[in-house]
Amino acid sequence: MLQYALKRAVLALLVALTVSLVCFLLVNLSTDVATAMAGEGATAETIDAIRKQYGFDRPLPVQYLEWLGRATFGDFGDSLYFRTPVAALVAERMPTTMILGAAAIGFALLLSIPLGVVAALRPNSWVDRLTLTIAVVGQAMPSFWFALLLMFLFGVTLKILPISGGDTWQHFILPSVALGYYATPAIMRLTRSGMLEVLESDYIRTARAKGLRNTSVLFKHALRNAVAPVVALAAVQLGFMLGGSVVIETVFALNGLGYLAWEAISHNDFPVVQAVVLLISLVYIVLTLLADVANAWLDPRIRIS
Amino acid sequence: MPTHRYRTLLHATLLAAAVAFALPAQAGKRDNSVKLASNQVPESLDAYFNNVRVGVILAHHIWDTLVYRDPKTNEYKPSLATAWRWVNDTTLEFDLRRGVKFHNGEAFDADDVVHTLNFVSKPENKSTTQQNVNWIGSAEKVDQFKVRIKLKKPFPAALEYLAGPVVMYPNEYYAKVGPKGMSEKPVGSGPYMVSEHQPGRLVRMKRNPDYFKASPKPQPKIETLELRLIPDQNTQTAELMAGGLDWIFNVPPDQAQQLKGVPSLAVVAGETMRVVFFTMASDEKTPTPILKDVRVRKAIIHAINRQAMLKTVVGESARVIHTLCFPAQFGCTDEGAPRYAYDPAKAKALLAEAGHPNGFEIDLYAYRERPQTEAVIGYLRAVGIKANLRFMQYAAMRDAIREHKAGFAHQTWGSFSVNDVSASTPVYFKYLADDVTRDPEVRDLLDAGDTSVKAAVRQVAYKNALKKIAEEAYIVPMYSLPVYYAYSKDLQFQPYPDELPRFWEYRWK
Repeated sequence: MLQYALKRAVLALLVALTVSLVCFLLVNLSTDVATAMAGEGATAETIDAIRKQYGFDRPLPVQYLEWLGRATFGDFGDSLYFRTPVAALVAERMPTTMILGAAAIGFALLLSIPLGVVAALRPNSWVDRLTLTIAVVGQAMPSFWFALLLMFLFGVTLKILPISGGDTWQHFILPSVALGYYATPAIMRLTRSGMLEVLESDYIRTARAKGLRNTSVLFKHALRNAVAPVVALAAVQLGFMLGGSVVIETVFALNGLGYLAWEAISHNDFPVVQAVVLLISLVYIVLTLLADVANAWLDPRIRIS
Repeated sequence: MPTHRYRTLLHATLLAAAVAFALPAQAGKRDNSVKLASNQVPESLDAYFNNVRVGVILAHHIWDTLVYRDPKTNEYKPSLATAWRWVNDTTLEFDLRRGVKFHNGEAFDADDVVHTLNFVSKPENKSTTQQNVNWIGSAEKVDQFKVRIKLKKPFPAALEYLAGPVVMYPNEYYAKVGPKGMSEKPVGSGPYMVSEHQPGRLVRMKRNPDYFKASPKPQPKIETLELRLIPDQNTQTAELMAGGLDWIFNVPPDQAQQLKGVPSLAVVAGETMRVVFFTMASDEKTPTPILKDVRVRKAIIHAINRQAMLKTVVGESARVIHTLCFPAQFGCTDEGAPRYAYDPAKAKALLAEAGHPNGFEIDLYAYRERPQTEAVIGYLRAVGIKANLRFMQYAAMRDAIREHKAGFAHQTWGSFSVNDVSASTPVYFKYLADDVTRDPEVRDLLDAGDTSVKAAVRQVAYKNALKKIAEEAYIVPMYSLPVYYAYSKDLQFQPYPDELPRFWEYRWK
């Protein structure tokens, strides 16, 4: 198990390095960084001075290694737009995105697991089809459109939930639903297939034969075993949601990393773009690594293969 | 469980939910506050270190200028200065008002004017809005309540800038905290004081109870202004409808029409100084050499039905323009400038004459009002010009134009609400970074207009420059842009062409 975990960790590190390289190259090849820093109306001499001062005249590999070295210690330079350290901006906005992500995955699990259980109990019935439809609609509908629908229903028409901002826990309800709904199909299907497999197993037959109540068989024995792989999937979905937070945070005016990314892209603020892309990618890589390790721990066949 | 217990449980659950989910009561009229929203996040609240519209709005509420332009009469009135005079073509002298205090108690005097202007006009201090300050040479203190501002060269629009974007800071505070500190905790002399600033989220302002009585801005009646930064326009509309906001602007025309049906809201369109036009790069470095032919440029103008666009995609209160300036700006005229009527047949004939009987393909860059760009693409296609839309953020489009990668672009310009042609036309025709034409005659005419102190000389110079630009069809002049405002019906509000809402004038009915 340890060997497997180490192997996955090394792979994850390589992926992280590749992401950092792509991130660095994308920004540096898409714009003249010195011109962007010098700002509007800058003379050629000013731009040249900035190029020398920040080392932008050095070969790209040298610049990359130096940037990577600083980034490892959390130094991403200063935001061109806000003129404050990027690390401070990111640290300020990170908690909101983490709360939103956790709430969204919590909602996704709360919706998907019961749906998956119901579908498994009535396989290939209209109930099964209905639950799948509910889940798939979440994936098919653009998240910003769903967000607006929720906003107008619960915020404007019914006036029971706040529409935008992040001052209270109620402010996170609609964004969590809008973001979490997207993850529903995958989790629901995994729960359904897990339950179907478990419900046919010998120990469940034994539990029923012993006269245990149906609810006890379902929740104490079947679900507990069926839902284990779902946890690993949820970790991966959480990483995916961090990317989707750009749209949701912008629509709901939540001051998180996603909103920061939108602002940075709008203003050509490349140090912030680099930092946010790298950070979210790293979180996704770590979550995927944890999911791999969890899966291997649960199912020894994975680590043996 | 017996039925009555279920019912009791349900009622209790609903009540608990109602209490738990209870939203703060909507204040607004009740507590004499106005909640407004903007989708732009200023990078700094320091007026000299941001170039977004909401920054301009905040600047006029938090700070004052030496001179005040009355938006109704365009007359210059005393504000922080009580009198002024031109000592010579490049020196303005101001007598300053006594008894004015900044929000932190500092008294206003000549030191504030000198420090502010000398700081922001130095290029090394990197003021974001260089065109607002780069005409200033230096400011000198004559005595405690008299200053002289020396201009780098004759610049008659100086008063307009000193009445608009050039606000006055408290020197001791600014010297201590600099632009960063001023952004975090703005201090001015204006009708509103910043009581809370959450960067990127919220600016809360309270009425200044000690606002100087002699100000041409009336004493504010609304107690609190709360500016929320909400990037999505649909979200702003939803908040307005739900009562979370009292005032929003830049509402898309289609949404504005729908909001007119909401009984508790009022919607009004106000013409603004922002003008819409298309630049067509015809200089030596143009990436689209086809635009060097004046017949092609004229064909493009003839192909577009601007009047129809006003009715369908632009909105009320706008008007077609024929020259690159806003009609009310000093020096703006279309006298003598050719009119290019909507005439697709003529457009096709001109293209054929220019050697393109079957039209051509071209990239069209744009950054806002996408429906308008798409309407233009439709008109161009009807005469054989296939325009490929490249829609992007303003900064990216601006860079592409300046790097000679974008030859045909849908642009707008608001002149920073400066009511003088020197703030509009020269930006695109005086050999600055955005000049993609490089006509020396136009440049010299504009320079003559910018640097003479005689109004009549300025007007003639500008008229000739605008006429030449129109004759050569260097740009496609489109129309002025209206802004739709939507607000609570109980709020007494009036729009102005400079896109500057004046909350110190407004009140709840």
